[in-house]
Amino acid sequence: MNLPCQMNGERPVGRVAIGLFCVAAMFGAACSSDDGSDQGEESVAVGAPVVPTGTEAAEGPNRSVTLVTYDSFPDSDTSLNDALVEFTQTTGIDVNLLIAGDTGTMLAKASLTAGNPEGDVLWGVDNTFLSRALDEDVFDSYVTTGIESIPEELKALVPNGEATPVDYGDVCVNYDIAWFADNDLDPPSSLDDLIDPRYRDLLVVQNPATSSPGLAFLLATVDEFGSDGWQDYWSALKDNGVEIVESWTQAYYEQFSWAGGGSAPLVVSYGSSPPAEVIFADPPRDDSPTGVIESTCFRQIEFAGVLRGTEAPSEARELIDFLVSDRFQSELALNLFVYPANSSTALPQEFIDFAVVPESPHTIAAAEIESNRSNWIDEWTELMIG
Amino acid sequence: MDGADDRVTRLPSRQPGWLVLVLAAGPVAGLAVFYFWPFLTLIAEAVTGETVADALTRRTTWNVAWFTMWQATISTALTILVGLAPAYVFARYRFPGRQLLVGLLTALFVLPTVVMGAAFLALLPSSLDRTVWAVIGAHVAFNLAVVVRLVGALWEHLPTDMESAAATLGASPRRVFTEISLPLIRPAITAAAAIVFLFTFTSFGVIRVLGAPGTRTIEVEIWRRATQLGRVGEAAVLALLQLVVLAVIVLWSTLSQRRHSRALGLEPLTLRRAPRGRGERRLVLAVAAATAVVAAVPLVALAARSFSTPTGWSTAGWTNLGRTDIRPGIRIGIDPIEALGNSLRTALWATLIAVVIGGVASLAIAAAGRSGRFLDVGLMLPLATSAVTIGFGMLITFDTSPTDWRASWWLLPVGHALVAVPFVVRSAVGVLRSVDPAMIGAAATLGASPVRAWREIVVPYLWQPLAVGAALAAAISLGEFGATSLLSRSGSETLPIAIEQLLGRTGSILQAQGYALATLLAVATMLLVALVDKAQLFRQGQRQP
Repeated sequence: MNLPCQMNGERPVGRVAIGLFCVAAMFGAACSSDDGSDQGEESVAVGAPVVPTGTEAAEGPNRSVTLVTYDSFPDSDTSLNDALVEFTQTTGIDVNLLIAGDTGTMLAKASLTAGNPEGDVLWGVDNTFLSRALDEDVFDSYVTTGIESIPEELKALVPNGEATPVDYGDVCVNYDIAWFADNDLDPPSSLDDLIDPRYRDLLVVQNPATSSPGLAFLLATVDEFGSDGWQDYWSALKDNGVEIVESWTQAYYEQFSWAGGGSAPLVVSYGSSPPAEVIFADPPRDDSPTGVIESTCFRQIEFAGVLRGTEAPSEARELIDFLVSDRFQSELALNLFVYPANSSTALPQEFIDFAVVPESPHTIAAAEIESNRSNWIDEWTELMIG
Repeated sequence: MDGADDRVTRLPSRQPGWLVLVLAAGPVAGLAVFYFWPFLTLIAEAVTGETVADALTRRTTWNVAWFTMWQATISTALTILVGLAPAYVFARYRFPGRQLLVGLLTALFVLPTVVMGAAFLALLPSSLDRTVWAVIGAHVAFNLAVVVRLVGALWEHLPTDMESAAATLGASPRRVFTEISLPLIRPAITAAAAIVFLFTFTSFGVIRVLGAPGTRTIEVEIWRRATQLGRVGEAAVLALLQLVVLAVIVLWSTLSQRRHSRALGLEPLTLRRAPRGRGERRLVLAVAAATAVVAAVPLVALAARSFSTPTGWSTAGWTNLGRTDIRPGIRIGIDPIEALGNSLRTALWATLIAVVIGGVASLAIAAAGRSGRFLDVGLMLPLATSAVTIGFGMLITFDTSPTDWRASWWLLPVGHALVAVPFVVRSAVGVLRSVDPAMIGAAATLGASPVRAWREIVVPYLWQPLAVGAALAAAISLGEFGATSLLSRSGSETLPIAIEQLLGRTGSILQAQGYALATLLAVATMLLVALVDKAQLFRQGQRQP
């Protein structure tokens, strides 16, 4: 139900008033509409006909598959969804999306329902969580027909098709270009620089216990300084005035000097934040206000897999094949701000111009992450915020 | 039916057993199926000797429990203290802007915590940023509406003659308050305190946004262990621990509410009047102004942020709100207008369920006398239980035919209603219990059967507290975030989820859109509250028992 809520008034007051009207109109619409009829479906079929999931759909003449994914996956209207519609048109398989929360929540749900899953394919478990998914037997193994176009380094964690790499990206320290120019200071270029007194009180990071980029940054330091050395590094960071907040939104949109008007010109964010700053800038701009410190990056690889216990295994496999095909992969960059796993897929210009793909990002084996994650987090908590 | 001597202890008078059973059947069944069953299933699956030992031997568990307890205690005490003045003024006086202020307070109560937190951060001096005092301040502002509405609902019906008599006899206003008014409104204060305590004890969003890392409530820790660390068992143990503490509190509040409730000869009509004399006018002005500052400043900050971008002021957040493309060709898959529709629909159903179940339950509790307490406490339990654990419980319980409801659209409104019913019950039971039993006695004397006397005398008192409860229920549903993030399905994202997603992306225009949407949510809430308040006045005009 789209109401014409374009607001083109001159003054803010006028816009607010129109907004008010829209709310009132929506409320009226919600009150008078027959809710029973259009709420009957629980997930949105991306393909043309809206088909309920659940038993009827599985037994009906139409083939359908449910894709379980995290909450930043768009559920409709984007070119990513258009690609899924094309999949439906070619194969006759309807795709239902089921948004399951953030990555941790999605995986916790998938673990609890392993063997009797809520959907057929899961998208978006990353290498910091992959071992848990594999230990809990969430997936059925499947080697996709598109496996050849995925580079070896992405497949290393899943040599036997335990899951399929679908995209990757990096968590890196970003800096406010203008701030460093104004203060006549070179931006730091390494993790070691961050404990240099010249960069005192400039960095804001996330709590690894509650934020996934926070955890990735902790893992970058573990990789750099070793499992016995990162503690000293963090003590030095603490002495150098690192600020710790709970979430990425807080760090980036409240404390970061560029985006949040805060006092920290250095923030842990993504390698793809600079192109996002260009694409979603208002007013539009053609250079990026932020930069990335390459040597601080930690590589995150995301995987998809066929959920064990699915009632539509062949449809699920067809969907996995599609997810790594060039058609779908070419939509990832601008919709999810990640890099396609398919090495033959071209990148959009903004990514070529502004995103940073480090040559040798930090990484840690998934099994090592899984067996140490809680200990590292506990140790970090004790050390930093005790 | 039998001896009239236990009338006083079994207010408003005991009803035939079958009536109580009929009334209680629905709420009990709903509670059993949608609360106890999933929760017990999760406990049975996840709680083992090992997880109990793991959870209880961790030092963090006890640090977290201690922090949770003391911040909730202080937050509750401050909220009551700060809330009494506006509760009194709003209940007793008629003045321009009164409705608006109550709406503003209620809007604060339902704003997504993420957004409220950000607004608070923008306001606070940086020395107060992320201290426990910022958290407590936000808790007070958030929950003021509970005190104002619950205490106010009773206060406006209190007959003023006792107060006037005491004043005539020379009691100072302070003495009138401590010796007459306070004891009379005590049941409502206890009820409000119980609810505020529940909310602050289980605080999640505020702590995540405003709290310094390391200041965690049990609820945050449950979420962290279950989702981020994958230790669902330990999370379930913590959920049990939290529940035990809260059950004790709720039991205490219910008992003390019963002990202190008395027949008041409530007036059916509001006695609100314009302030008279300089003293009263000053009081009303001061309280209204203070409330306006507390309620409006975060909302103004919120609206201001919807116009602010790193490169200056801009209206792009609003002009793009109804469009799904952010920029020609670039869409992000969040349709704010659709989310608004989803939110309103969900809220409508949740409110409907909560009002029906809560209304029936209140009548049952009031009619059942002493044993009504079990239903009363039972209905409060979902409020005290971690949303994360209930969500996970539902997920593993409703997964096989014929109860494969994981994908049903109505599970979300039912989940919201579980949390909203206690509000309906809290606001109704106090009023129902205070109905003067002498009136029922009189009806019986005149030949009315107990059921008829009950129907004609007790039931009409239900409408106004139900309206208050409905406003709170709708508000809770509109702003609910924790359970929704576990239960909602794609295509039915509610506003708080859409806001969270917009604020979680890089790009100034998405941020502005998120704040614009949050402003709309606040406005939608205020309209809703105003609407219910209007309906309530209308009904009062019609029904004069």
